[in-house]
Amino acid sequence: MADARGQMRPTISPLNDPRWRSAIVQIVLCLVVVWLAYAAISNAADNLARARIASGFDFWTSTAGFDISQTLIPYTTQSTYGRAFWVGLLNTLLVSALGIIFATIIGFIIGILQLSRNVLVSRLAAGYVEIIRNLPLLLQLLFWYNAVLKALPNLRESLTIPGGAVLNNRGLFLPKPIWGADMMVVLAAFGLGLVAAIAYHIWARRRQALTGRQYPVLTVSLLLILALPMAVFAGLGFPVSFEHPEMGRFNVRGGIEILPEFAALLFGLSLYTAAFIAEVVRAGVQSVSHGQTEAAYSLGLRPGPTLRLIVIPQAMRVIVPPLTNQYLNLTKNSTLAVAIGYPDLVQVFTGTVLNQTGQAVEVVVITMAVYLTISLVTSGLMHLYSQRFALRER
Amino acid sequence: MTRAIRSLAFAAAFATASGFAGSVVEAQTLAAVQQRGVLNCGANGNLAGFGLPDAQGNWTGFDVDYCRALAAAIFNDPTKVKFIPLTAKDRFTALQSGEADVLVRNTTWTSSRDTTSGLNFTGINYYDGQGFMVRKALKVNSALELSDAAVCVQQGTTHELNVGDYFRANNMKLKTVTFATSDEAVKAYDSGRCDAYTSDSSALYSERLRTAKPDDHVVLPDIISKEPLGPVVRHGDDQWFDIVRWVNFMLINAEELGVSKANVDAQLKSDNPEIRRMLGVEGKHGEGFGLPNDFVVRMIKAVGNYGEIFERNLGQGSPLKITRGLNALWTKGGLQYAPPVR
Repeated sequence: MADARGQMRPTISPLNDPRWRSAIVQIVLCLVVVWLAYAAISNAADNLARARIASGFDFWTSTAGFDISQTLIPYTTQSTYGRAFWVGLLNTLLVSALGIIFATIIGFIIGILQLSRNVLVSRLAAGYVEIIRNLPLLLQLLFWYNAVLKALPNLRESLTIPGGAVLNNRGLFLPKPIWGADMMVVLAAFGLGLVAAIAYHIWARRRQALTGRQYPVLTVSLLLILALPMAVFAGLGFPVSFEHPEMGRFNVRGGIEILPEFAALLFGLSLYTAAFIAEVVRAGVQSVSHGQTEAAYSLGLRPGPTLRLIVIPQAMRVIVPPLTNQYLNLTKNSTLAVAIGYPDLVQVFTGTVLNQTGQAVEVVVITMAVYLTISLVTSGLMHLYSQRFALRER
Repeated sequence: MTRAIRSLAFAAAFATASGFAGSVVEAQTLAAVQQRGVLNCGANGNLAGFGLPDAQGNWTGFDVDYCRALAAAIFNDPTKVKFIPLTAKDRFTALQSGEADVLVRNTTWTSSRDTTSGLNFTGINYYDGQGFMVRKALKVNSALELSDAAVCVQQGTTHELNVGDYFRANNMKLKTVTFATSDEAVKAYDSGRCDAYTSDSSALYSERLRTAKPDDHVVLPDIISKEPLGPVVRHGDDQWFDIVRWVNFMLINAEELGVSKANVDAQLKSDNPEIRRMLGVEGKHGEGFGLPNDFVVRMIKAVGNYGEIFERNLGQGSPLKITRGLNALWTKGGLQYAPPVR
């Protein structure tokens, strides 16, 4: 072998060449992994066939035949197993999304309260955290479900809440709004107000950067976003009617139905996760050196802007990664719904569908893939969000 | 939770065991049980009359006695049974994966369970049907009045499907609330979450006694489905299938021929050729099953015949006081009928 200058390089065996060697090792490893996966899958299929257990995904389009208590999309007993899967998935997403919102709000409030100078307030907040996070979630869910059910009146003694809502041990029934045609105008006004508020916000920031003058951004935004559509709504003569829940022989009919199972699950998950988020928030705020606050005060910032502009942006860098963990935990914990009869994905799909079809492998694999996807999407979004707070070198 | 874990374990076990060992446990259940020295029996654990452990951990019940009869036939010792309590939705996975050797858990025989789940039903030990329990105060006389009612039901059962069919066929609006265990379903019904609780009518009699005030509840007369209950084994082991099937037949034959726990020793000297063959005095009918010739004697000494098992657990000797009905012998107007020993 000769290079450009005609000099001879020592000939070495490819086995001793590090580049060749690493390539060979990697190729062999890949082949072994692929072979193992193939062997596992084909043998599982083989054994299922030998044990006469149906396999494949044909069941997806078969009629399900069972009823589900809460469905966000139309579903009857004649729908397919595939449809039941989507019903379960949407129920999971609903309770997880609402749970994340509530847990975040409660968690931030409790976390900040723990830092209060008022001893009573900070002790109460700390007590909440210690009690809630040290009890098993399943126990808490059972407690809320039974506490909620036992405390509520039965159908005959339903509580009627002013405004037409009905509350009993079958759930909370709210009047269902039926929007008139003019509602489009109100929506348009809302959109217009939103755009105007954003424009005003940008303009106000530019003006502040140029002149140092501050503008009442919050007040103006609220006026544009809320008051404007409300005014249009009133001006059009309130184009909405309500379908009020009515008493049937056995149940309340009509209206929007909020099941006690859903309420208990949402309540339990939110309170439980909030306790962890409170600790994350407390730790995050305390991680910001006190010198930062003192520096802000010495520049003449008041406590409000100091918290908003100096402390929280720095605290968020510490808060977001563990917060993501809590969001993932909440989503995965929602599978405890199974214990209190809320039809989430696990209850519907790996519960009834698995049992009725007998196809454990397929059903469990699909369910695992779904939770993996939800978790990856959640952490991806949180990663994007945390980049906003990343340290930027200038 | 346990179900999820079990399903995962099952999937993982399938993937790895099949990947490396090459084949699932096939056949030879009897040899495996004999070697282990104990029968693993999938049981209910939560239904008085069929399967329920007491405070001391002693299991009693109709299905439990079938497991004991099987253990007596194999080991001559009805206590060599490990009962595995299973919920309705766990039960098939536990049997498929080999955790249980046999499933005797008031399980309904259906075509799809028999063909696509890797299971075989060995016979019918109880002819049941699905019914409803409601509060007396509702003044409901028929299931047909239940349109719009909230119905509590246990997951992974035929009831979930039957109630859907029944309401649809009768143009009624259905609202089911589904729970993982019958315990939770009954508790929710009792606390007023549902207007009705639906299950096998035999189970309803038992569950009624679990409510806070049993006298406030009534089981409706309507039977909306056929629920033939029976023992289940894994597909692919004919010898084991035969044994479990014939334990049931022998118990029924024993009742028909008048062989009971009390008189089985005396019956060994009977002149009746049918009794002599059944008890192994004549012929070698036990060997065909891979069991000792006197296995029926052992079973009867342990638990008695079909009628005795029924009366002790479900009938007049129990708090449930269920009448024989369809489960009377064919000679007495019922459906229980067993092929002859020959």
